[in-house]
Amino acid sequence: MFFKLTPTTGQPLYLQLMQQIRHATETGALQDGNQLPGIRTLAEELVVSPNTVAKAYSELEHDGVLELRQGSGAFVCVKRRTRSLADHVQVARRRLRDLIEGLREEGLLDEEIKRAFEAELLYPAEIVRKR
Amino acid sequence: MTYMPVIQTRDLTKSYGCVAAVRALNLSVEPNRITAFLGQNGAGKSTTIKMLLGMIRPSCGEGTVLGKLITNAKENREMRRTVAYVAENKPLYGYMTVEQTIRFASSFYSDWRTDVARRLLNEYKLPPQRKVASLSKGMRTKLALLLAFARRPELLILDEPSEGLDPVGIEHLLQTLVAESAEGVAIFFSSHQIAEVERVADHVCILDKGCLMVDASLDQLRQCYRRIDLVFPFPPDEREFRITGVERVRTKGHQMSVFASGNAEAVVERARDLDAISVEVAPVGLRDIFLETVKEN
Repeated sequence: MFFKLTPTTGQPLYLQLMQQIRHATETGALQDGNQLPGIRTLAEELVVSPNTVAKAYSELEHDGVLELRQGSGAFVCVKRRTRSLADHVQVARRRLRDLIEGLREEGLLDEEIKRAFEAELLYPAEIVRKR
Repeated sequence: MTYMPVIQTRDLTKSYGCVAAVRALNLSVEPNRITAFLGQNGAGKSTTIKMLLGMIRPSCGEGTVLGKLITNAKENREMRRTVAYVAENKPLYGYMTVEQTIRFASSFYSDWRTDVARRLLNEYKLPPQRKVASLSKGMRTKLALLLAFARRPELLILDEPSEGLDPVGIEHLLQTLVAESAEGVAIFFSSHQIAEVERVADHVCILDKGCLMVDASLDQLRQCYRRIDLVFPFPPDEREFRITGVERVRTKGHQMSVFASGNAEAVVERARDLDAISVEVAPVGLRDIFLETVKEN
């Protein structure tokens, strides 16, 4: 499994790692029962603090995506719930594709669209609801 | 679970004549973490580290390292047995060879790991028979790091450990830091390599003119610091943005750029109330946080 953490995106590294592992389970790159590297191994590989990996693993265990077994590492558990999430993601991607196509037709450049997306994603959820 | 801090200082101060190098520093470094200590040249980082190790006496204030008082000579000696330190200028004996230096250092420490020393000697590609005086700056740094990493301390204090290292050397150093941290060693290191710090550190302390300006986890910094770029239909009034968390406001005609250490949502709301035409919120990297912090002071 390949992970890529970007320190400058304004998002904690452990959250980035969580999302990438979750994404990998949704795309099928990680399957039920697959083993992930130990905390130390992955931390050395990504050159990040072991606490980053430990926090991501323990949050994912809490969410039911991983099972941590004492001494033998982390195992992926993909239940039906996460599979249906994968379907949601597929539908969402189709909607995004249509939206982006529309924005391009209106003459927006890809860079402008990307910046707008990034800016909107940085708003906390509660403000979006208020608007 | 509560842990005792590995380093704790209370109003730690060092003055040279009427110049204060370190001013009333209240530092608390947690175990099981990688803590980075940032600051410009002359900010007081090395002075702080030397006070922690009992190498220079504080003018006032107090501190403990691994629970031992830094101003008590006996406690200080005990503490040094479980703390490994790499000094800023990497002092080594020039007339000794690399091999002699390693053998010499190993005789001082009961926590010395011969296998690790041998492995690092190999990985760092240090010539065992070469005199220390003829080593390049990068090789000297590697040898100094080897002497610290070969031990099994509770706390590693590194003053500019990446100085003189090439990118490969820096990557190897960071991997070693990560591995040491995974073994439960607390790490406190000063550095100018902000991009590297941003990858491996759990916690960041920024010192400027002897004062602690930032003391926060990197996760916290990533989530809180934002730059908000605004465009208004009229030249905006900076006073409208005197909000908690706003560190700096710049205006140029109809444009405004707000640098906030938190509370970005309030800035966005205020901008919308003032009919901003464009509102863009962007994350801020550690480099910008550092530059804005030392500029402001």
